[in-house]
Amino acid sequence: MEFNYSEEQLALQDTLQRFMARDYDFDKRRGFSASPLGYSAEAWRQYAELGLLALPFPKEFDGLGGNAVDIMLVMEQFGQGLVLEPYLSTVVLCGSLMRDAGSAAQKSRFLPQIVQGKSTLALAAYEAAGRYDLSYVECSAQESGGNWILSGRKTVVLDGASADHFLVSARSGGEPGDRDGISLLLVPRDAKGLSVVPYATQWGSRAADLLLEKVSAGSDALIGSAGDALPLIERAVDRAIAALCAEASGIINALNQATLNYLKTRKQFGVAIGTFQALKHKMADMLIAAEQARSMAIIAAVHADSEDAADRRRALSAAKAYVGRAGRLVGQHAVQLHGGMGVVDELIVSHYFKRLTMIDLTFGDADHHLASFSDTLRPGA
Amino acid sequence: MDLKYTAEEDKFRAEVRAFFEAELPTDIRTKLQLGRRISKDDMVRWQKILFRKGWGAPDWPQAFGGTGWNIVQQHIFEEERADACAPPQNPFSLKMLAPVMQTFGNAAQQEYFLPRILSGEDWWCQGYSEPGSGSDLASLRTGAVRQGGHYLVNGQKTWNTMGQYADWIFCLVRTSSEGRQQQGISFLLIDMKSPGITVRPIIMLDGEHEINDIFFDSVKVPVQNLIGEENKGWTYAKFLLTHERSGNAGVGICKRALKKLKEIAGQQLSNGRPLIEDSRFRDRIARVEMELMALEITNLRVLSASAKEKGALGPEVSVLKIKGSEIIQQLAELKMHALGHDALPYVREALDMDWVGNPVLGAHYRSYAPPISGQYFNQRKTTIYAGSTEIQKNIISQMILGL
Repeated sequence: MEFNYSEEQLALQDTLQRFMARDYDFDKRRGFSASPLGYSAEAWRQYAELGLLALPFPKEFDGLGGNAVDIMLVMEQFGQGLVLEPYLSTVVLCGSLMRDAGSAAQKSRFLPQIVQGKSTLALAAYEAAGRYDLSYVECSAQESGGNWILSGRKTVVLDGASADHFLVSARSGGEPGDRDGISLLLVPRDAKGLSVVPYATQWGSRAADLLLEKVSAGSDALIGSAGDALPLIERAVDRAIAALCAEASGIINALNQATLNYLKTRKQFGVAIGTFQALKHKMADMLIAAEQARSMAIIAAVHADSEDAADRRRALSAAKAYVGRAGRLVGQHAVQLHGGMGVVDELIVSHYFKRLTMIDLTFGDADHHLASFSDTLRPGA
Repeated sequence: MDLKYTAEEDKFRAEVRAFFEAELPTDIRTKLQLGRRISKDDMVRWQKILFRKGWGAPDWPQAFGGTGWNIVQQHIFEEERADACAPPQNPFSLKMLAPVMQTFGNAAQQEYFLPRILSGEDWWCQGYSEPGSGSDLASLRTGAVRQGGHYLVNGQKTWNTMGQYADWIFCLVRTSSEGRQQQGISFLLIDMKSPGITVRPIIMLDGEHEINDIFFDSVKVPVQNLIGEENKGWTYAKFLLTHERSGNAGVGICKRALKKLKEIAGQQLSNGRPLIEDSRFRDRIARVEMELMALEITNLRVLSASAKEKGALGPEVSVLKIKGSEIIQQLAELKMHALGHDALPYVREALDMDWVGNPVLGAHYRSYAPPISGQYFNQRKTTIYAGSTEIQKNIISQMILGL
């Protein structure tokens, strides 16, 4: 057992911290969020330069051959900086999915492009009636003369506003809710019949809804084999869950630090408010939540690459449910302890709070994952 | 970062497990499996078996006859111990007094007392709390007045655990009333056979005799039994409490309790179906299990970091104490709730090993049922002893957060 990052990982962490302090402070972030793109193209270029976009990919595609612990390290730092760039979508969700299941041609076309920062992708896997259920797919994919014809809607596609390609889950057989019959297809943004409706998210990034009206995709657009895509998508989403747990852990630490500073400097009744026991004990609870959440983020990271779906389900659902609750506790306490300053846009505190809250609601909230985890419990195990 | 056990650690676990299978006496194992009362004799017998194997003190350094195991090995040992239903070792001797004696005691004290603890010859208990000094421990008033070659001790200690079995007691006593109250405290070792000591049982809410009041009426204690320096006892006392709390996370015990809870929820019926199939109840188990998954890693992270970076335990053990005590309480509560109205009977004699039950009650009142409600009531102590949860939060905010 080893609970620390390696020397190499610590060096990367240090580089990231310096980058965040220099090029990604809260004011700069405001500017990135308000820009037409919704994030910083320059930061994205720097991520490519630092090798962040190459982390999980094999060396033959210019990658660095890293694992989910490397991603954890990056996401913790991205959490502290409230990073807006489409890293989760492009690298963690779509890039890794393509690495695992893409054809040789797909991999050699896309992975080097991702590594160089030239292509961004988004996963379109959720639908309105399915809530968090990835198997609830109504969007249809019909094979016709060697091509695929896609029709339907996809909701809340993270980073979908700017992605140049989408990975779309669509039903080529069976009924919504069936595990079989789901196919995954690569659709370029400019495909005929595809409408992309972009919008801002609560934390200042961009997402989109997709309307597909007889969108035609070639046979080379299919990722993996037809009808068998659900396990691939679930695996990709589990990796993203681990990444979100790490991001949340980073935010929790940052929020705790900000709140602690506030308790030591804000004066009322002639003394620092951190001298009041009612507030001290809330802060102690926040520290405990931070430690426990970090442990869960580690559990999530070390299981995220597992090919055993049952093992992943237990670890990832436990982690997501736990971190969701811990994030809620820390976020709400941080706002409360900041008083009026907690509910204004001016301080980063409310922005951390919003991101933490939305992380819980992404890829299944605490209740959803509690149920998933609970369903794995057996007598005597 | 890696949470997998190494091949060596797996081998170590197999060795520990094989030892417990071969050497743990069946009668003791059965008592723990069924939650029946265990006696001092059971615990001492087990300590002697461990001692013969060279495992008498899993968390002592080798220089004092301990195993010298690292944090992960200690964790594995404790996990296997709880899972094998082996009794705990006396924490007052091994986990509280011993680290103080090893760090602050003199050579004569170390050479005389430590081997006797290791072999199970001496049973120690703790004299810390007093009727007027609970959370405010430093206000303690039991006095020790130096008279030639001995101290004369007068006063009362309370919440003393298992002192009815003890050969010795380590006590915080007041040797000075000058300056801050922390500055006049000394750490004394007192022979329980000394004239003037009276042990009075306190019956707990589960009906059991686990704790005592101890009265000191002009008890003579040789000055050689002072640990370290006179009036420096508060430093040793805090050091001891940090060690006590580090053991309070009780991950191994919690894992065993969780397994038991799932077994019970698999056997208890609701509408004729196993209770564990009821998702409302199962979700409550799931919540505690998630807390425990996190605590296991937090516990190992925190203890490894303090071993590696500082070579000593620090205030972060308060985090472990708070979480561990909450989890064991929640598990005890869920076991009781799993019983439903079978939690209501109070069959005191059912805690004795020779209880055979009666056929009518036995038809629904299973062998695991008798101790469970009492355990829930008893476990409320865990967020109170060794510094209440509120005191731990004070420590966290002061020592870690700097508030």
